[in-house]
Amino acid sequence: MLILNCPYCGVDAEETELAAGGEAHLKRFGPGSSEDEFHDYLFMRENPKGVHFERWRHSNGCGKWFHAARCTQTLEVFGTYSAQTTEPPKEIREAISAKRPGWAWREYE
Amino acid sequence: MKHYSAFAVAREALRYHTGWERAWRSPEPKKRYDVIIVGAGGHGLATAYYLGKNYGIQNVAVIEKGWLGGGNTGRNTTIIRSNYLQDPSAAIYEKARGLYEDLSQDLNYNIMFSPRGVMMLAQTQHEIRGYQRTAHANALQGVQTEWIGPERVKQLVPIINIDGPRYPVLGALWQERGGTARHDAVAWGYARACSAMGMDIIQQCEVTGVRSENGRVIGVDTTKGAIDCEKLGIVVAGHSGQLAEMAGFRLPLEAIALQALVSEPIKPCMDVVVMANTVHGYMSQSDKGEMVIGGGTDAYNNYTQRGSFHHIEETVRALVETFPMISRLKMLRQWGGIVDMTGDRSPILSKTPLQGCFINGGWGTGGFKAIPGSGWGMAQLMATGHSPLTEAFSLDRFKEGRFIDESVAAGVAH
Repeated sequence: MLILNCPYCGVDAEETELAAGGEAHLKRFGPGSSEDEFHDYLFMRENPKGVHFERWRHSNGCGKWFHAARCTQTLEVFGTYSAQTTEPPKEIREAISAKRPGWAWREYE
Repeated sequence: MKHYSAFAVAREALRYHTGWERAWRSPEPKKRYDVIIVGAGGHGLATAYYLGKNYGIQNVAVIEKGWLGGGNTGRNTTIIRSNYLQDPSAAIYEKARGLYEDLSQDLNYNIMFSPRGVMMLAQTQHEIRGYQRTAHANALQGVQTEWIGPERVKQLVPIINIDGPRYPVLGALWQERGGTARHDAVAWGYARACSAMGMDIIQQCEVTGVRSENGRVIGVDTTKGAIDCEKLGIVVAGHSGQLAEMAGFRLPLEAIALQALVSEPIKPCMDVVVMANTVHGYMSQSDKGEMVIGGGTDAYNNYTQRGSFHHIEETVRALVETFPMISRLKMLRQWGGIVDMTGDRSPILSKTPLQGCFINGGWGTGGFKAIPGSGWGMAQLMATGHSPLTEAFSLDRFKEGRFIDESVAAGVAH
């Protein structure tokens, strides 16, 4: 069972305590954006086979949203971090680099 | 290809079964094919079969990373139905259901199609209205379904508990001509027929790159070397995103695990397929006697072909309430497959930004029932550039807002 550490309350939460919220760090496009940008924002997801950044909610716990870095190929968890970020923090990126040399995801590496 | 028949069985019985030949050849790839299909699952093989049968295109290779039919074709719960609300869905699924009816004769391979009937239970007032609407839509689409009351449900499924305290059975959408088929046999039958037409099915051969020139596909790189082609069909379900990336475009898909399980085998107790979408479970009994049970997808991206235990628990918990007798059954085995989900939960059968490259994917949780229709439409699209069956499922529908919103219309469970 997937276990994620909630960065707000510190609990190691099991999957049944959590609700998945999809890909993290989406850049939002609204009125004024081009059709392509709006289309990509609505429908195009990274869907990587490997390192993935996600939004999760500790729904049956403290109720807070947070971010997690996870591998979709091995189900390995690299770490969790605050939702108040627009990109993965340095320590998370380093933790991933240590295990997946040369990985890249959007502009992060 | 030697014809399978009762006479052939008798003949081989008299000579110790020494005369059977392999159902399909396993050749080394040639340098060039007119069409390469990536993915030897049901959809890929059906596409190849109808390319040969309907359009005479027989210089075809079907390339498979693992073994034939070892992906979602061999992992689903084998349900066949076409009781969809939206016209494009009803059209392609009904085409498929119709082709399934005489597929055994067409392929000369027993796919064990069993039109035992499929019912989708209504357990809330919303579902009653939704399914009655679907029954009316189906009448207009020429899909034979009907709305039945709880007494008829009980008559068809004696083991069901229709007055459960929380989710009583209020009626059902009944498709008498739906049913199940032997999933492996569908892949094997198509493979045998393709091989007999001279097509090459190349297993244990992974595509590692898609080669193109001036925006047009010219071939693929594989673990068995480069192979040239005129046209390329990508039919790889869960790994559609990876193949699209090789071909230089993106798809509006996410890969998610879907699980199923079977119980220990028991004596025949239920001769129809029952789906309960409100509680998210569906069940049928296989010819071996196992209760075949499926539920909803996991909630997060996953490429591992295994899922979370609590989804199995949720599915079984819901079904136990509706079928109290299964509470005493032991689970025999459980497995997962990777389904590629689109934004509107409908498939993509389309041309792509790369000329000569076509995509058939995004079947999500409901691909098996569509195999013959999907192959039929995809073959037409690849051979002629246009197919009325696949037109609505094009890649640009997301940009144009032409969604085929079956996740709301048909319930989530497939």
